[in-house]
Amino acid sequence: MRSVRVVWSGFVMNLKMLGTSSFFLLTSVVQPVIFATVAFYMFRSGGRSGTLLYAALGAGMMGVWSTTLFGSGGMIQWQRWQGTLELGVGAPPPMALVYLPFSLANAFTGMYALAATLVWGRVVFGVPLHFAHPLLFVLALVATVVSLGLMGLVLASTFILYRYANAMSNLLEYPVWVASGLVFSTSLLPGWTRPISWCLPPYWGVLAIRHAALGGETWRPLGMVAVLGLAAAAISIVTFRVFEHQARARATLSLT
Amino acid sequence: MRRWWSVFLVGGVIAYRGLFNWIRPAMYVPTMLGSPIFQLIFFTKLGQYAHAQPREFYVVGNSVQVCSMASVYGMTMAVANERWFGTLGPLLATPANRAAVFLGRGVPVLANGLFVSAFTFGAGALLLGFRPALASLPALALIVLVTVASCTCFGMLLGSIGLRAKDFFFVANLAYFLMLLFCGVNIPLDVLPGWMSFVGRCLPLTHGIAAARGVAAGRSLSAVSGLVWTELGIGAAYACAAYLLFRVLERESRRSAVLDSY
Repeated sequence: MRSVRVVWSGFVMNLKMLGTSSFFLLTSVVQPVIFATVAFYMFRSGGRSGTLLYAALGAGMMGVWSTTLFGSGGMIQWQRWQGTLELGVGAPPPMALVYLPFSLANAFTGMYALAATLVWGRVVFGVPLHFAHPLLFVLALVATVVSLGLMGLVLASTFILYRYANAMSNLLEYPVWVASGLVFSTSLLPGWTRPISWCLPPYWGVLAIRHAALGGETWRPLGMVAVLGLAAAAISIVTFRVFEHQARARATLSLT
Repeated sequence: MRRWWSVFLVGGVIAYRGLFNWIRPAMYVPTMLGSPIFQLIFFTKLGQYAHAQPREFYVVGNSVQVCSMASVYGMTMAVANERWFGTLGPLLATPANRAAVFLGRGVPVLANGLFVSAFTFGAGALLLGFRPALASLPALALIVLVTVASCTCFGMLLGSIGLRAKDFFFVANLAYFLMLLFCGVNIPLDVLPGWMSFVGRCLPLTHGIAAARGVAAGRSLSAVSGLVWTELGIGAAYACAAYLLFRVLERESRRSAVLDSY
């Protein structure tokens, strides 16, 4: 019960903090809309007009990933700058539990991105929003967002030891968009990248969302989203414990 | 005159080293070199999937556009970070020539933009098989130089806004992403609605990218000279506007005593 309260209060508090951040407004609404517009025009100029919903979903997922990534990267770094990282580490609950709601809130904010690109596509480009399986679509979206939040937690734990977390965030944005095939098929990529794609929750998440929206087998990718999310949760519990201990032992926790 | 050049060159380099947040290798390599490579791959593959344009279109467009990462962010930091770090007051209290202080900051940014762009062209050649004719390389280099200069002038304008704006990074980020949309980087201007292509033609990059594509496709420099001169003219216009804005905001900030306040 206490854990649920920690998660809920952390989630609500971080949502409020994100709601006042213009940077998150940019990554979760403005940037996805711009990328969606670029993708729409590229698909249109290539005569792939039937894939506009495909582009809207992909661009929205790009926003979910960006928000998770920058949120997770920034989570530790901002706490360092604000001098609150030690307080979080010193609190009685495990560090992973303290930061889990922050990561979930980051990913949840990313859902704005999907909403923004779908509304933008509908209003500006006339994209028909007819979902093949509306209930499965909602389920796939929620599962993907939670799974991405848990993946963000793993990233955040590594940033405890790495001082330039924002540099890694800048670097990792495009590669995951590419490897997850968010707006194009991964079959265009070299064969050796396939296992990398399979390990990424956004890859299965966008498949589940796309199949729920456009038609196709949804349960298998949804299952993979759940499995990878649980794996990320397990990994983050270990990495938080190990990296937190190392940072405390080396006295580098609050070094910026 | 010697003092002017000293403030322009030495001051510019020192300011860049002190104010450009991403200068350390741990920041510079992932942000300024890693990210452009993946941007290039992303848009080239997206274009391939959409059957939109040939690969060279995206390689040239994105390799030129990534210079704006150095120009827009670099110049914004080089000017607006004075306020963030609390050094704007002491700087403006000096009798140094303002044009030398302001324009000198553009030189290292320009060099960095050129390097990032050249690096991305190299990555395009290595990873995506981009092979322009060897004879076209000097002309391509000249066009990229002009485009980076023009982008740096645009960055100066954004940096000047940062002298007063509360969240100057939001402005820089927004400008960077909008340039991807409006400047014909990944979408030909004739595909965009009229008002968007008009906005694109008023921004830096657009004419430079068009000229670079022409030269990479085998046209001579003289055949695209109109585009190059237009790009240069746009850059000069932004430089004038930026300097004017810098002086106006400096005067206004001193008058209202809000130099370092947020």
